[in-house]
Amino acid sequence: MNKINTINDLGTLREKLQSYRKSFRKTLILCNGTGCQASRSQDLIGSIQTELVKQGFATDILVRATGCHGFCEQGPILVVEPDNTFYCHVTPDDAEEIVRKTVAKGELIERLLYTDPVSGKTIPRESDIPFYKAQDRQLLAQNRQVDPCNIEDYIAIGGYSALAKVLSGISQKSVIAEIKRSELRGRGGAGFPTGRKWEQCSDAPGDEKYVICNADEGDPGAYMDRSVLEGNPHLVLEGMIIGAWAVNAWQGYVYVRNEYPLAVKHIRTAIEQAREMGILGENIFGTPFSFDVEVARGGGAFVCGESTALMASLEGKVGEPHPKDVHSVVDGLWHKPTVLNNVETWANVPVIMQNGAAWFAGKGSKNSKGTKILALTGHIKNTGLVEVPMGTTLETVVFTIGGGSPGKAVRAVQTGGPSGGCLPLDKLYLPLDFDALAEAGSMVGSGGIVVMDEDTCMVDVAKYFLTFLQDESCGKCVPCRLGIDRMLELVTGIAEGNGKPEDIDLLEDLAWTVSETSLCALGKTAANPVLSTLRYFRDEYDTHIHEKKCPAGVCQALITYWVDPETCTGCGVCLKECPHSAVKGEKKQPHEIDLALCEKCGICKSSCKFDAIQVR
Amino acid sequence: MSESKLAAILKGRKSQPHQLIEVLQDVQSREGYISPSSMRDVSEALGVPLTEVYSVASFYKAFSLNPRGKNILTVCTGTACHVRGAKMVLNQATGQLGVAPSEMTQDGLFTIEQVNCLGACALGPVVTENGSSYHHMNARKVRKLIHKLSTASTEGNLNEQDQHHQ
Repeated sequence: MNKINTINDLGTLREKLQSYRKSFRKTLILCNGTGCQASRSQDLIGSIQTELVKQGFATDILVRATGCHGFCEQGPILVVEPDNTFYCHVTPDDAEEIVRKTVAKGELIERLLYTDPVSGKTIPRESDIPFYKAQDRQLLAQNRQVDPCNIEDYIAIGGYSALAKVLSGISQKSVIAEIKRSELRGRGGAGFPTGRKWEQCSDAPGDEKYVICNADEGDPGAYMDRSVLEGNPHLVLEGMIIGAWAVNAWQGYVYVRNEYPLAVKHIRTAIEQAREMGILGENIFGTPFSFDVEVARGGGAFVCGESTALMASLEGKVGEPHPKDVHSVVDGLWHKPTVLNNVETWANVPVIMQNGAAWFAGKGSKNSKGTKILALTGHIKNTGLVEVPMGTTLETVVFTIGGGSPGKAVRAVQTGGPSGGCLPLDKLYLPLDFDALAEAGSMVGSGGIVVMDEDTCMVDVAKYFLTFLQDESCGKCVPCRLGIDRMLELVTGIAEGNGKPEDIDLLEDLAWTVSETSLCALGKTAANPVLSTLRYFRDEYDTHIHEKKCPAGVCQALITYWVDPETCTGCGVCLKECPHSAVKGEKKQPHEIDLALCEKCGICKSSCKFDAIQVR
Repeated sequence: MSESKLAAILKGRKSQPHQLIEVLQDVQSREGYISPSSMRDVSEALGVPLTEVYSVASFYKAFSLNPRGKNILTVCTGTACHVRGAKMVLNQATGQLGVAPSEMTQDGLFTIEQVNCLGACALGPVVTENGSSYHHMNARKVRKLIHKLSTASTEGNLNEQDQHHQ
């Protein structure tokens, strides 16, 4: 890799790389993100490469292993360009046929095509699939164009040209003004205007300033930051370098979750490659501007997503938040002015500088501009990453893009992770907008959307989030440490059938106190899951308290398993599988469950092919 | 921990207190846990008081202060996995082995860990074991997995003993 000494060198290199890419007859794009790797994509890539050599196509076909494409449910995914053929659930055994038919002759393999669950028809081209069609993938679409471990791929698609543009003569003040005009708001959860943050840091006194990328994506059920950092690390780096230029920082840090090994590896490789090419380090592109980035791995504490706790952790200390009397833009990392932005926020910066603030502000709703990446998970047909303009309704996301839930009807949608709330079906007309969701008692948060069907108990969901938050509370301030504890105690009592009618008032009172008096955002928002479920699903709490029943059949203490004698064929599978010998019965006769022995582990239910085992 | 291993981890990081978490991450991944003696070594090398090393090591989830089993099964209990029944998977695993999460079985074969999200939500409930991922898990599948691993480990131990005798 040659060092890029001037801004003009970058353009020359790009042209060279683009013509090299064009010299290939076809490109095979294989998703190799965390999701697809869990479905054996690495074996598939190996088999494809072996087959290409075997069948004599090694030199005219380009194979690109990329980061996450977002349609994780269908993995491993293979896209053939320029035909835009989309194959899903591809296995290493399919490699021979793919090369023999699709690569050699352009023939489609019907069984590997995606079947639309609505029409039941196969769809050959990726761009025609409804899941992709309804999206506006400004950031995510780049993932499939680059091998995250190859900086040349990123340069070939126009990467680092926003940085080049900035360094060829846009003043620091003008960069900040552009970001302000774009009305970009932080994608990590709080939605603070990014340009204002940069301006405050730039105005703060002192020569030593820092920029930080928050990749400590702690929200369970959210993985967009992982996919961006893992799939396109240079985009994030480019954003950070532009930000560092704007606020005059000389050092940056990427604070990344250690539970994301692939993201850690890819951002480290990206930093090394950028240094080698002179895009990081002393005198970037031969200009007087110098800046470098280090990677720090998080210790697995949810509270470290909070800015002051994250900075304490970066300093090698216990991740406890501090009161924000003085903001970190003035007194941040090592008491120096610091800009901390989330992965997706940084990733938007090069796009804004390249296409202009007006272009970005042209997308989205009144107070929330641009696109937002969402992690659509739970009881949903098309699980995956979705990027839509802000202001898109939840209904579009869940039904048009997500295809609704596969089994029972959708009951609620949980947004914003442990700091967010559960919204019922009749609130799905709401737009994905920082202010609209906050008003409804939830939040956009980092963009996690968990769809819940009729088999989900809302008391259990509240209990789940409280358990999570109790575990993750750092314990520094009393309201959060003890308040969450007491709320969990009450909700657990209700879930176990020991709830009293007056518990609800006490819960609401506690929730109010915790949110008003906690030190940091973790505590301030901790009550949201309880308050939102109480607001929209009050009847479910009442059934647990008054009738000692769990209508969804989830709360273990309130349910029993039973065999429906009408549907039981007496096949004996559950009898054999039950680890507690609780199932009794003769062959070919309906079986029964001995409730005294049953541990409610659910193994019988999951092993029954006839759906004869029920919960009540 | 041996001196050479520690030296490799500490290379270029000596006397830099802010490297404490990074150093402990590496100790954890090489040793499987953070022992009192590792804590003392790290404290000395970085110039961080031992009490601070202990408070950091005990604060973060990434660090285990006790040895962990030969097979580490990590059950993802993120929201997406939870609504698809991750709790039943976790209960089955801990119940079957008679341990609490993060506790090692007496024979040293297993530790069941719990993680808040692995980011593979499309495939939930997810369980990882020594680097392999298992998706769409339920209580029945995890029971079989534990059974398989414990048979393999017991046989493996017997083979090791055989080789030792020869």
